[in-house]
Amino acid sequence: MTSHRRPIRWHIGIFLAPAVLVYSAFMIFPLFGTLQLSLFTTSEQQTSFVGLDNFRILFGDPRWSGAFWNALVNNVWFFVIHMLVQNPLGILIAAVLSNPKLRLRGFYRSAIFLPTIMSFVIVGFAWKLILSPLWGIAPDMLKAVGLKFLFAPYLGKEEYALTTLALISVWQYVGIPMMLIYAALLSIPQEVIEAGEVEGVTGFAAFWKIKLPLILPAIGIISILTFVGNFNAFDLVYAAQGALAGPNYATDILGTFLYRTFFGFQMQLGDPNMGAAVAMIMFLIILTGVCIYLFGIQMRMTRYQL
Amino acid sequence: MRRVRHTVPNVLLAHVALAAYTVIALFPIFIIIINSFKTRKAIFRDPLALPGPENFSLVGFETVFRQGDFFLYMQNSLIVTVASLFFILLFGAMAGFALAEYRFKGNTLMALYLAIGIMIPIRLGTISILEIMVATNLVNTLTALVLVYIAQGLPLAIFILSEFMRQVSDDLKNAGRIDGLSEYRIFFVLVLPLVRPALATVAVFNMIPIWNDLWFPLILAPGEATKTLTLGSQVFIGQFVTDWNAVLSALSMAMFPVLVLYLIFSKQLIRGITSGAVK
Amino acid sequence: MKIKSLFGAATALLLGSVGVATADVTLTIESWRNDDLSIWQEKIIPAFEAENPGIKVVFAPTAPAQYNSALNAKLEAGTAGDLITCRPFDGSLSLYKAGHLGEVGDLENMKNFGAVAKSGWSTDDGSAIFCVPMASVIHGFIYNKDAFKEVGVSVPTTVDEFFSTLEKIKQDGSYVPLSMGVADQWEAATMGYANIGVNYWKGEEGRQAVIAGDMKLTHPDWVAPYAQLAKWGPYMGDGYEAQSYPDSQNMFTLGRAAIYPAGSWEIAGFNAQADFEMGAFKVPVQAAGDECYISDHVDIALGMNKATKNPEAARTFLNWVGSAEFADLYANSLPGFFSLSDHNVNMTDPLAQDFVSWRGECNSSIRPYHQILSRGTPNLANEYWVTSANVIRGSMTPEEAAAHMQKGLASWYAPQQ
Repeated sequence: MTSHRRPIRWHIGIFLAPAVLVYSAFMIFPLFGTLQLSLFTTSEQQTSFVGLDNFRILFGDPRWSGAFWNALVNNVWFFVIHMLVQNPLGILIAAVLSNPKLRLRGFYRSAIFLPTIMSFVIVGFAWKLILSPLWGIAPDMLKAVGLKFLFAPYLGKEEYALTTLALISVWQYVGIPMMLIYAALLSIPQEVIEAGEVEGVTGFAAFWKIKLPLILPAIGIISILTFVGNFNAFDLVYAAQGALAGPNYATDILGTFLYRTFFGFQMQLGDPNMGAAVAMIMFLIILTGVCIYLFGIQMRMTRYQL
Repeated sequence: MRRVRHTVPNVLLAHVALAAYTVIALFPIFIIIINSFKTRKAIFRDPLALPGPENFSLVGFETVFRQGDFFLYMQNSLIVTVASLFFILLFGAMAGFALAEYRFKGNTLMALYLAIGIMIPIRLGTISILEIMVATNLVNTLTALVLVYIAQGLPLAIFILSEFMRQVSDDLKNAGRIDGLSEYRIFFVLVLPLVRPALATVAVFNMIPIWNDLWFPLILAPGEATKTLTLGSQVFIGQFVTDWNAVLSALSMAMFPVLVLYLIFSKQLIRGITSGAVK
Repeated sequence: MKIKSLFGAATALLLGSVGVATADVTLTIESWRNDDLSIWQEKIIPAFEAENPGIKVVFAPTAPAQYNSALNAKLEAGTAGDLITCRPFDGSLSLYKAGHLGEVGDLENMKNFGAVAKSGWSTDDGSAIFCVPMASVIHGFIYNKDAFKEVGVSVPTTVDEFFSTLEKIKQDGSYVPLSMGVADQWEAATMGYANIGVNYWKGEEGRQAVIAGDMKLTHPDWVAPYAQLAKWGPYMGDGYEAQSYPDSQNMFTLGRAAIYPAGSWEIAGFNAQADFEMGAFKVPVQAAGDECYISDHVDIALGMNKATKNPEAARTFLNWVGSAEFADLYANSLPGFFSLSDHNVNMTDPLAQDFVSWRGECNSSIRPYHQILSRGTPNLANEYWVTSANVIRGSMTPEEAAAHMQKGLASWYAPQQ
């Protein structure tokens, strides 16, 4: 019925227009604006085109490149922690929860998902208080279980601060992989599992050999969501450690670096052009990650499923 | 028989593990709430103690109510979230319907164009968004936030909704056309009610990030009259950071609406997430 | 990039329309002094509003560590308040140069301020003044008198005495000797490095020498304060690495610590929260009888957002800030903020009297990284925060820190190249 010619179908345009307009004006156009801004420089109120010079400064000038690489490396570690802790933990909880004979499933699920709906401002500050050496909740609790020696001022130590923040973020967001994997596990047809049982594959082996391959696409989606979320993160570090991302920039990630570069900090004035350059690099990193996922992983996965 | 014997310890183990993790998940929230009802001395001397007659105090909440306009912040957050969700769903469904229903030149290209935003965070365009808002005099208005959140939410909404709309039976729509219904009526009257579960899923996915966002309220609408609850609590905590009674009470106040809404809607919320993923 | 011109046009439109309005105008004050919120709300603003019907004032502070970046963001976006609390020297100078602050030199009450007071908020050549000076703050140490009595120590006057005092308090064990943390980093530079440093680089003498390029930041006078800071760590509280500024304030006012490296701005808050007697001592000198210096920093002023919709009301308020009434009200409601005006202000708070009395005995100097030296990238002030905290934590030696600072400064500041 769509094959024969007809007059201009205005309704298609009307259906599309609002979405395309808002989306183009506030998403696509600003992205191009950022790109454009990154190719200019401003001094003494004068703006001039400098091509890729801002990027050369960002990578070539040790005053900028040191801070940039530090933020990038930190961001990668932040992501690695999420991949190593958050996602396996989420899968594990989902696997345990998916046992249909388990009582109180709804309660556990709701409780574990609860932190996910809280804002980073609340979560970041709450954890900062709990880990505060002055308040003493964390050391007292560790003492109670005989592990006092494990306590350190985690958020104040260069070697632990970033990992601690990443784990707080994991604590908050583990609900998302849990939910998505849980849903994927529920959608596995009962016959597949029963067929496995007939062949004597049960319990852990059943999970490993039958279910895990079937939920691989969901794991892929979670990984890319984690990737995009992590390389775009800002709120937690800002709320817990401030814009200077202490100690000694140990918790500086690309989001806080962008914020500082663009808006400035204390006596340092903001630089919109360099900020835009940082934003463009973040854009390229995220785009690269997404392309690797789409063309590398997802395509192979679909083929595998077929 | 053998399976039953194996299952009992397994289930027990599962309960122990899940209960342990539940404690970890809820503990920080619990600690903040109990301490917000205690005196300053008690907060510091015995942080794990429950509030009782000898250490009960509402001084923190008094400061919060005197100094921060939390009801206004809550109202702003509600307006922004509800308005954004409404337009994301409306515009997203319209565009999703156009892409799913009609074959036209550039359909695939349009779908791809609209999908770019799923993966690219809108924050990277902040600098230009700010310029646009300044030029249109929208800075420090809730409208600015709503516009940005619509743009942020649309790509995923269109993607999910168009998938669902493809599954709506053609017979139904064609019957409508034979009855002389316009394309608009077909969309609003016939199709939209059928994709309600998908609308719920989209709403759930967008609600949490919008409600919790700190970045755009901080940059686009930091004025006293337009602060959202997230920004309002962040600023309040910054202002009263030395006064732990006030800080803990502010945190409790910020958690409260979220907790209540969650208790009421957690079933729908979780169903929304899982149904979206199952698809 | 286009923000400014667009914004200018928008402002012009708004300014054009404001003349018609006669209803109450509301002025919003941006400030980092969140601790003073109630004093503004209960004392200062009512006094102004009583004399100036038709103008309402709202004091809207941001946390100190976030103030500058939040203010910059708001100014760029055009969402900032009508009145801007001014950081001294370059922080505000750059805002003036960027066109965010209006000139205030022609206000009638500016005659009440001397050259030193105005220097913090003038262009380098002194031709334009952009903020009305409010107050200076003095650095030193606040101590818990009860704790000193209990442990049996007296106020130290030399560096050696200072450390033996700390050691005795530590041995005694009932108090944390020094209540300071490095989580927020700025205390390490402000209450640490700049506080004790003046005695080493001889105040203005050393500061001016660095600006002129005659002295490097690697000079022993500039390394020595780091070396002293490096010895502070063991006397700070358990887990001081994660101890934030408010943690330190609470630790001291809860009576858990003996000495608090302070700025005089703490006085009002401490008076309200501490239930023990407090005293103050100035920065110990190296040898008894040495000439002493104090960090007496022109700290706070008030300027006008050039984009304000209510310039007349804003100027009315600013002129009032220069009045004798304001000077008296401010200095006495906020003991520890010492008026910069020529009016004779009587202070009633004994702790504030302690601080201000040092002006008669010692030479005053401002923090070294505020004027001129923080104009480039890397930013000297931010770098002092980070390196001072690093030295206390022991992740950098004093020499490394000084070398790092010198390298950063020399990378953009011609007189040091």
